[in-house]
Amino acid sequence: MALTLEEVRHIAQLARLSLSPEEEARFQVQLSAILDYAARLRSVDTSAIPPTASVLPLDAPLRPDEPRPTEVGARLLGRAPEAAEGMFRIPPVFP
Amino acid sequence: MPNLTDLSLLDASDGLRAGDFSSVELTQACLDRIQALDAALCSFLFVAPEAALEQARHADQILRRARRPGAPAVSCLTGIPVAIKDVLCVQGMPATAGSRILEGFQPPYTATSVQRLLDAGVVILGKTNTDEFAMGSSTENSSYGVTHNPWRLDRVPGGSSGGSAAAVAAGLCFAALGSDTGGSVRQPAAFCGVTGLKTSYGRVSRYGLIAYGSSLDTVGAFARSAADLLPLFTTMAGHDALDSTSLPAPVPQIDLGRGDLRGLRVGVPREYFIDGMQPAVERGVRQAIEVLRSLGASIEDVHLPHTDLALPVYYLIAPAEASANLARYDGVRFGPRRSGQDLLGQYLETRGALFGPEVKRRIMLGTYALSAGYYDAYYGQAQKVRTLIKQDFDEAFRSMDLIACPVTPTTAFGIGQHGDDPLSMYLEDVFTLPANLAGVPGMAFPVGFDEAGLPIGMQLMAPSLGEAALFRAAHAYQSAIAWQKERALS
Repeated sequence: MALTLEEVRHIAQLARLSLSPEEEARFQVQLSAILDYAARLRSVDTSAIPPTASVLPLDAPLRPDEPRPTEVGARLLGRAPEAAEGMFRIPPVFP
Repeated sequence: MPNLTDLSLLDASDGLRAGDFSSVELTQACLDRIQALDAALCSFLFVAPEAALEQARHADQILRRARRPGAPAVSCLTGIPVAIKDVLCVQGMPATAGSRILEGFQPPYTATSVQRLLDAGVVILGKTNTDEFAMGSSTENSSYGVTHNPWRLDRVPGGSSGGSAAAVAAGLCFAALGSDTGGSVRQPAAFCGVTGLKTSYGRVSRYGLIAYGSSLDTVGAFARSAADLLPLFTTMAGHDALDSTSLPAPVPQIDLGRGDLRGLRVGVPREYFIDGMQPAVERGVRQAIEVLRSLGASIEDVHLPHTDLALPVYYLIAPAEASANLARYDGVRFGPRRSGQDLLGQYLETRGALFGPEVKRRIMLGTYALSAGYYDAYYGQAQKVRTLIKQDFDEAFRSMDLIACPVTPTTAFGIGQHGDDPLSMYLEDVFTLPANLAGVPGMAFPVGFDEAGLPIGMQLMAPSLGEAALFRAAHAYQSAIAWQKERALS
């Protein structure tokens, strides 16, 4: 088993996911199987190979960063579960 | 009058422009067929009859004006009813991405790909079902029901764009948009016997596409044939200032040709014919390759030696990118909210309650692959092996114009067949993932049926921005052998 139950709980906390005990146990088995499968990548010699983060050419053009009017901004708050005084409303960070 | 929903997109377009029937009649025919068949298929998550008929009335005005002597030509998409995968934003319609975490969400803007189709005059019937956040190969991961394959209702339509593929195959619309991050257009196209295009990375704007794996995501489309698909591609493609990853390359005028493939070099990679694949699929694809040869193409062996590493690379890179992209669903800015005792508690409860199992699994996997102590071994190594996979394609395309291979190892599998075994489901994507890792375009189209009556698909891949060759070769095949004229549920 590649992952311990404690590691599963730690990852869930990092990922901001509350999991039931059943989910923790299932993910321990399933994620371990996937990581075992992925371990075959370790046998590939990549010491001289650069990583690929994007397939785009590196000289992707930039456009001028000019402010323009948009109507989208005004519509955004209306999609929030809770908004007040032109801002998103959230519960206290420190209860 | 012919049965309007049996027409090809181009024949429907000709009929509209000739005045044989109206877009309102065409749209009503699609809405009636959706009403009659979609309770059994579950290909649509949202249908907008009034808005669609309003768009159709508008299209009919444009078509009437275009029939006057000397009037300028209109797009062949004017008045054509289409469907949109529910990961693309369309203002005025909900966008759920198949997830309860976006239940009721109304996007504040329209995706560029969709807007360009609207500007060309299409009629949008509604939004189609998808695996949650496009994560899946069967559409079983949707939070809003499982889509059924129109050829056999006990089979999956493939995924994640299974709703769009099933809707086109069942004649509910003339074309549909999808997205392809690891095969999510090509695999359902193969399973449903329709023609599906995965565009080159950067060819079509991703603005308004709900993000899954940003270095892999592409917008694609389905229609019944390559000829029907072509106007969607040329209308959607091209640079968009709202997507910094969209390429400034000009969009070619594509001539489909007369079916003569002389001079076309087609490579067949032995790595795509593996032990354990369904014999009917291998047979069907090899026969289709012989058809390409008979049309004049030269067929040669080609090697893509790192193919078997694409699966582990993809299932580290895509979840890593997803774990970052899906961090935004926290119950603060959109979607429903589950309360916790503080802000952290709200994040944990909202995400824990409203993401489905496959999305949680991939977020967990990606978070692990990016976490301190494991980054180099998993994510970093996967990015380096991605380079090797891309180099395989660069090397192959030095001597080949196209690569021909299967889309999937089997035809459509049964609903529930993969149960709770995610790794076995991931293996369904083995032939489609490499194109996304390399950023190259691919097309899937039907080349026959297996003994169970299920469609067999062939995949063609081309170098980046080489979509024109895909269209010409698929059109030549479809002009010679018209599998695309077979109809499900007719």
